[in-house]
Parts: sequence; C-alpha cells; structure tokens
Amino acid sequence: MPETKAREITFAEAVREALAEEMRRDSRVFILGEDVAEAGTPFKVLSGLVEEFGTKRVVDTPISEAGFTGLAVGAAMTGLRPVVDIMFGDFITLTMDQMANQAAKVHYMSGGKWRVPMVMRTTLGAARRSAAQHSQSLHAWFSHVPGLKVVLPSTPYDAKGLLKTAIRDENPVVFFEDKMMFKMKGPVPAEEYTIPLGVADVKRQGDDITLVATSSMVQVALGAAGLLEEIGVSAEVIDPRTTWPLDEKTLIESVKKTSRAIVIDEGYGRYGVTAEIAAVIAEGAFHYLDAPVKRMGAMHVPIPFSPPLEDVTVPTERSVFEVARGLCNRS
Amino acid sequence: MSTVTGQPKPKAKIKGDADSEKWVRMYRQMLAIRLFEEQVNELYTRALMPGLAHLYVGEEAVAVGICEALRNDDYITSTHRGHGHCLAKGASPDRMFAELLGKEAGYCKGKGGSMHIADPGTGNLGANAIVAGSVGIATGAAFSAKYLGTSQVAVCFFGEGALGQGVLYEEMNMAQLWKLPVIYVCENNSYTEYTHCSETTAGEMTARATAFGVHAETVDGQDVRAVYEVAAKLVESARRGDGPAFLLCNTYRHHGHHVGDINREYYRSKQEERTWATERDPIQKISEWLVGNKLADAAQLAEIHSEIKAEMQKAVEFAIAAPYPSVDKASEDVYA
Repeated sequence: MPETKAREITFAEAVREALAEEMRRDSRVFILGEDVAEAGTPFKVLSGLVEEFGTKRVVDTPISEAGFTGLAVGAAMTGLRPVVDIMFGDFITLTMDQMANQAAKVHYMSGGKWRVPMVMRTTLGAARRSAAQHSQSLHAWFSHVPGLKVVLPSTPYDAKGLLKTAIRDENPVVFFEDKMMFKMKGPVPAEEYTIPLGVADVKRQGDDITLVATSSMVQVALGAAGLLEEIGVSAEVIDPRTTWPLDEKTLIESVKKTSRAIVIDEGYGRYGVTAEIAAVIAEGAFHYLDAPVKRMGAMHVPIPFSPPLEDVTVPTERSVFEVARGLCNRS
Repeated sequence: MSTVTGQPKPKAKIKGDADSEKWVRMYRQMLAIRLFEEQVNELYTRALMPGLAHLYVGEEAVAVGICEALRNDDYITSTHRGHGHCLAKGASPDRMFAELLGKEAGYCKGKGGSMHIADPGTGNLGANAIVAGSVGIATGAAFSAKYLGTSQVAVCFFGEGALGQGVLYEEMNMAQLWKLPVIYVCENNSYTEYTHCSETTAGEMTARATAFGVHAETVDGQDVRAVYEVAAKLVESARRGDGPAFLLCNTYRHHGHHVGDINREYYRSKQEERTWATERDPIQKISEWLVGNKLADAAQLAEIHSEIKAEMQKAVEFAIAAPYPSVDKASEDVYA
C-alpha cells in the first residue's frame, strides 16, 4: 500500500473503475451477463458502464449461465477479452462444463495453440439472509481445476489491482467478490497500478501465530488479531489473494517464524481451500510447528436462512480469537 | 479452401470447367476422409493406436459439402466423431495421424488425441468430447466475428445426440437474439451412441431451432451436392448479417459408435447397415453422378483413389515413425 494520502472508494467502485479503465484501454474487453447494462447488476457494481461503453460492450444476456459462459469461451478464443458476470457464486454450478471442461482445457488440449483470455466475476459469502442457494463460497471448486486461476480480493485496493491483472491475463481467471464487502471503503490511489496474481499480502505483521485468511475472512482475522493483541499475542495476518497460483513461499516463511497457524476461509473446510493451504504449511514448515495447523471455514451444512442459524455457520472474530488463544496456550 | 490433403495439385487430370473441378474436388475430399478412417480402423485393429476413435465413414458428404462453402478463416467446431470435419477444413493427414497416435508431431503435440484435434491455421477451434460441448465456443466465435466486423462465419457440427443438451438451446436463443453468423449443423445418423434417436428425441428436430425463430432446413446428408448447395446459401446469408441457421443433415455411420463397437445387432440390423452402405453411400452417389454426367470417367476416379491411398499410407508411416513427446511436456501448456 502506498504511503501517500490516497482517496477512499468502496469495493464496488474499485471493481467498476478497474473494468472501466481496462475497457478504455482495450476495445476487445466487454462485459456479458444478466442485468449488467442498465440495471448495473442487483448490487449496482456496474452502474454507469453501459452509459460510457454502450450495449455492444455491456451486454445483457438471458438467464443462461452455461450459455453465455460458453459463448465467452469462444469469444475469448477468437480475439475478444470477455468479462462474464455470474450474479451469485452459487450459479457457477450451471457453468461447470464450460469452465472445467472447456475454458480450463482448451489451451492444453490444443497443444498450446488456442488461448482463453476471459474473466468470470462472481460472488461468495453468507450473512445476507438469502438461504442456501445464494450464500455459498464455492471458490474451491474452481481452484481444483488445472487451467483456471482463482482470485479472492479482500480490499478495494486489491480488488482494483487484481481485476486489472486478471483482465490482461491470457488464461481463464475466476474472480470472487464477497457480496458483503461491496460497500466497504478503503484507500485506492487514482493513478494506474496492477497487482500480480500469485503474490500474497501480509495484512498485519506479528510473531506468535499466523492467521491465513481469504476474502471475507481477512477482516475477521484482522479483528481477531486485535483481540489477541489485548492478551499479549502477536498475530500475523496473511492474505494469499489468489488460491491459484498460490504463494506458498510467503505462507511457509511466515509459519516458520510464528510456529503456529490457523487457516480461515468462508468455503467449506472439508476438501476445501483451508485443507489445501494447511497441507502446504504442514509440508513446508513441519519442523517449525509447535501446534497442529487449524482450519476454520463454513459449517458443513447448506447455509440456513434463519439469522441465528446462518450466523453460527461462519467464522467470527470471536471464534478465531478463541481457537488462536487455545493454540497459543493462553487462558 | 485448400484440398483435404494439403497437396497443392491433384495429379489426376480432370477435364471440364471450374464447376466440374469443384465436384471432383469434393469427391476427392470425401474419399480422403473414407480412406483416412479406414487407416484409423486398421491402426486400432493392429493395436497401434492408444484408446478409441469414432469413425466418420458414411457421413463424409456432410463435412465436405459444408466446408466447401467456407473460407479458410471461417471457424468450425467439431465433435468426438471429428476426423472428417478436420480434414474437410484443410488439416493434413500426417499430423492428424500423429495426433491419434499421441505423437509430438500431432496437431496438439499428442495432448488432445482423436477427440480434440484443433488447428488455428484452418479455423478449427477444436473437436470436443462433451456432447454439445462446443456450441458455446462456436456461438462465441460468431459473436467475435460480428463484434470485430470480420465477416467470418462459424459452423458448429454436432450429432443429433446433442439435441438432448440444454446448452444448445441457450446458445441458439442468443444467436438469434443477436443475429450471430453461426450455422448449427446437426448430423443425424439416427443413433445416440447405442440408442435410436426415436427413443431420445421428442417432436421434430428442426422445431428445436424454429422455436427460437432460427431458420432451419433439412437436407439429404448422403448427397454432397445438395449439402453444398444449401450450405452455400446459409453461409452467404449468415455472412450478410441475417443471423444463424440450423441445418439438419440426415446421414448414417457405417461403423459402430466407436471402433470397438463391433456387435451392433442389439440396436440395429445388419440389413439396415447393408442398405445404407450399398444404396445410400455418399461417395458412390457422387461417383455415379460424376461419371454419368461425363465430368470424370471411372479410370480417373480410380487414379484419384490410388493417389489418396498412397498418400494416406505415407501419412500413417510418418505418424508411426514419429517420436512420442518427452515426459517433461506433460506439465507444459496448462497456462498460456
């Protein structure tokens, strides 16, 4: 983060700026999705783009996630750079063949001849009282597939810099935005910048325990770190920012220093992002560990509607604090 | 369009005008596909080919008639039964055989195999082993062509089995809404793997397209002249900006679903197979027409036959002799 006094904008504005700047820079970039034009999506993330770029480049589609994602794969192969908008992350299930069997494999199956420079923007995260089909965090599904890259920004600054890089990437990139974060403000410089994929960011430095957190869980981890400080535990918070490529080195080096780690991600823990990152840490820093690597994710249930039930499915500052305190043997 | 074999000039002299040369060229290309596929079957039975292959024998008039109407830079997408489409669009048999054998010299460096041949040089976006898996890609290519104003056309080949996949209808809907230059070519060989299409397909096949307002036609897929004539019309219309079309080509696969599908009596009769092979063979049909109309004589056609046979033999030998990729190539080309 630059030291200069930066202006503050919201996460949604950062995403919109990244799109607008890339669309001005490259006429091949266009947006495709449900209610992306005049409506600007239900979250209003894209408001104003159709006024500047017109309906040729901000294209409202039918409710056909598989169809327009597949269309984007073909458009990307033949000279365009589509940015597909999947309104809720839960709907990526409808695009699975297009992403996992087509987009991810075209380059490899063609012996490196065809390329698929496309971005899929979608959401993750619970806590909007939207029940089981509008609340999932399914980024592990795409992280599992060779040929895809997966980005999980946690601040307005990261969102803008990472999205610009994703649009310029020659591969299919899936970009997950926490829908609870759209209104979050943060410093974003007015001048041009990009952030490389595969470089973790140390969000807070510390010595006693490493909290690896992604997307919606970064603020939770930072809150927990604040609580830990009050009991004399110095927590380091690391955001990998991309699950693939994964910056294994930064994660391992941090745990070598702190000897303890908790991995926090809003996806399901079982066979999930936290499992993979915990394995990376266990393999890379085994002899430095003073305690087992802990994982915290969504409770292994469909996300329930009722507010008290929904709230208990997601890690909180307090629950992360408690697990960290236990790991550090503090009472 | 280049000749199917990539050879600049056929050695056999053909009399007649440009029009007759065109029909003889199509005969030649259909025969090249037939002899290519016979070699594939031979490679399989001699256990020289890894895996399986889905032969296009019997359906040659569809790929050849359609691709004759296309420019080199027009796009195609193909299927698991895709060798005919690749050859008709201009791919070379030697590199195709090499791909089928998993060799480095193959079109995809051996990483794709029979079901995934792709060739940017001839506008081939790739064969696809997911049924209806390429309808999005073809429609997207048409979207690009319109967006960039290139006047290219995309042709999406698929079998009638793809009519069971919902994504086809999502794509046809958008293609018609946005008037995209894409032609959906449905090769109806009557069998979705081992099941007759009457057991899988309700209603009229073309009604699936006309429901969206997509112009639909039906053609005898064993008659290359008929296929070409309707294709030329539909391609011109798409190029002009009139939007997509759906072409139902009724055809027949002489072999089984794949090379290993030998005992087929449980799903179709030998009598049915004999009838299609002897009375409705597309190559026999065009040969008889060429000879009957004195555009070529039997000796000339026989000469073409032996030229192609020799060329296929040479191409197979090239592929057999070609080296496999080194194992370190397994991790290359995952990301661009």
